[in-house]
Amino acid sequence: MDQLLYASEVIVNGLMTGVMYSLVALGFVLIYKASGVFNYAQGVMALFAALTLVGIMQGQVPFAHLINAAFGTHLENFGWNVPALLAILLTAAVMVLLAIAIEKLVLQHLVGQEPIILFMATIGLAYFLEGLGDVMWGADVRTLDVGLPQGISETIETATNDWLGYGFFIDRLDIWATIIAAVLVAALVAFSQYTKQGRAMRAVADDHQAALSVGISLQFIWIMVWSIAGFVALVAGIMWGTKSGVQFSLSLIALKALPVLMLGGFTSIPGAIVGGLIIGVGEKLFEFIMSSPDLAGSWFGFTISATENWFAYVLALIFLVFRPQGLFGERIIERV
Amino acid sequence: MFYREAGDFKTSYRDDGQSFPIKLDRYGYYAILAVAAVVVPFAINDYWANAVLLPFLIYAIAAIGLNILVGYAGQVSLGTGGFMAVGAYAVYKLMTSFPEISIVIHILLAGGITALVGIAFGLPSLRIKGFYLAVATLAAQFFLVWLFNKVPWFYNYSASGQINAPERTVLGWAVTGPAATPSAKYLICLAFVVLLAWVARNLTRGMVGRKWMAIRDMDIAAEIIGVNPLTAKLTAFGVSSFFIGVAGALLFAVYLGAAEVTEAFGINKSFLILFMVIIGGLGSIFGSFAGAAFLVLLPVLLKNLLVGGLGWPTNLAAHIELMIVGALIIFFLIVEPHGLARLWQLVKEKLRLWPFPH
Repeated sequence: MDQLLYASEVIVNGLMTGVMYSLVALGFVLIYKASGVFNYAQGVMALFAALTLVGIMQGQVPFAHLINAAFGTHLENFGWNVPALLAILLTAAVMVLLAIAIEKLVLQHLVGQEPIILFMATIGLAYFLEGLGDVMWGADVRTLDVGLPQGISETIETATNDWLGYGFFIDRLDIWATIIAAVLVAALVAFSQYTKQGRAMRAVADDHQAALSVGISLQFIWIMVWSIAGFVALVAGIMWGTKSGVQFSLSLIALKALPVLMLGGFTSIPGAIVGGLIIGVGEKLFEFIMSSPDLAGSWFGFTISATENWFAYVLALIFLVFRPQGLFGERIIERV
Repeated sequence: MFYREAGDFKTSYRDDGQSFPIKLDRYGYYAILAVAAVVVPFAINDYWANAVLLPFLIYAIAAIGLNILVGYAGQVSLGTGGFMAVGAYAVYKLMTSFPEISIVIHILLAGGITALVGIAFGLPSLRIKGFYLAVATLAAQFFLVWLFNKVPWFYNYSASGQINAPERTVLGWAVTGPAATPSAKYLICLAFVVLLAWVARNLTRGMVGRKWMAIRDMDIAAEIIGVNPLTAKLTAFGVSSFFIGVAGALLFAVYLGAAEVTEAFGINKSFLILFMVIIGGLGSIFGSFAGAAFLVLLPVLLKNLLVGGLGWPTNLAAHIELMIVGALIIFFLIVEPHGLARLWQLVKEKLRLWPFPH
């Protein structure tokens, strides 16, 4: 019974982590649907957004490191602090600029190339952004606090304690992340269903040529989609940055989002959400079972730990062998 | 005027089927080989060996291996770091378990073991294609690194979790361990590079290579004209992993001497080798060398320029290096998706006509 309670706590926490994965995966799906580009740089965009946000909030001078090295000055700070909301808006503006730059400098020149070339270009973009973020804002680990509540939620703990005799530990940040993710998804769905631009975006996703022929500007749609993806990256960056500090490892969540996408299918927004939840719950539960001496220890005679590193990939790999297009992906039809 | 094929008559099939059919190419190759084998070992010092030559040679092997998989067979893999780790740990276990057997055999066996692992992880490629496969190979990367980290048998239960290469000799010269001289290390790597590059060159222009390329260009069409995708894809994974395993074994035993798996064979290594292949040129053996040389030399050059020349702090130089590498990759993909190898070919075309353009 105790094990069951622990396991259900693990499942709830896994669901919350899954929501965070879904947030990153959403950015991938948006760009993939609209432009057919598999944007590996999504994770680094989240890192870049979080770094920019912290930098703006703390009033850091951008490129201070570079300027100091080149001209021998000692610039550090402007000496002011920007309130969180304004900083978020400014960062969103930076992400839009970034989207425009990416469209003009990279995507425009690669129209019509094979998908794999585009994918590799975004790996290059990821490296560039990683370097740019470090050069602009320095490479130290920073804490990000935009006023989101953190820490264990006592309400839930006491409520579950009274009810089940065992208090669930759930981070308030995770609850907020879930709510924000839900709002974000609802907003995105509403946007793509009910607005003119959203419909244009879906048209482009459906068929580039047909969309062009009815007068939709591909350039504008791409910039818009990359901006939205930048905004999603910003939200993901805020969540992950608040949770574990703004540092390089933030960009590695992109790698975690990949198996999520493979499970859910690259083209499906609900798929990204469900895939994220499956991966989140799966890896937490697997780790819990395999590292517990009472469960794996008594069943197999050994325990293993730190399985979170690879569980998601192996799960996705095994899953794909049976269903190559993912859970909700469009059926792959091959012709010669 | 100087680079031409006129007057280079071939009177037998053997002549026509040589590795380098054009005479000037062949002489150039012999000349480079002679310099590399006879002159460089005497001129080499510790800095050149460790900063430039050893990494160049070892990464060239890995890049050839990955190029076979990505460039020739069209199966994108992000698991290179994991496969290199297999080679490294295989050679470590072999070296410590059978000290009386020559290290050359150990390195080749390590390549063989990696080939088997590669084939096992290549099996899903029969069902999964494109991006999905690229991401699926990440499973190999993370699982293998985790395995070598968590199972103490692989690192002989050493307290630090590191593996250290014991001293081994080839023909009386120490090639691993602290007593090895730079020239001995260099020569063993060179021997492997020359041998493996020759094998790769001949595999890729033979029947196996053509099957790989048919699968790359369109797998269904290839299947219809009678290429068995099972054998073609799995041989590509096997041969590629063999090369990568040998590179991993050399990287650990000869170059690093001691290794910790997450640091030496992490995901970054996978990307590094992939970039070498892209920048060098997909589907070209020469490109693998060019890409390896480029990405080994670039950081050395930038470091000397920014840190040594301008006196900037090292971490800033490292960040700028990231930016430059990223920008260069995008630049190459836009300007010349076929990489340095294609540029080299264009230069050769021009040289053939020069100085009379008609």
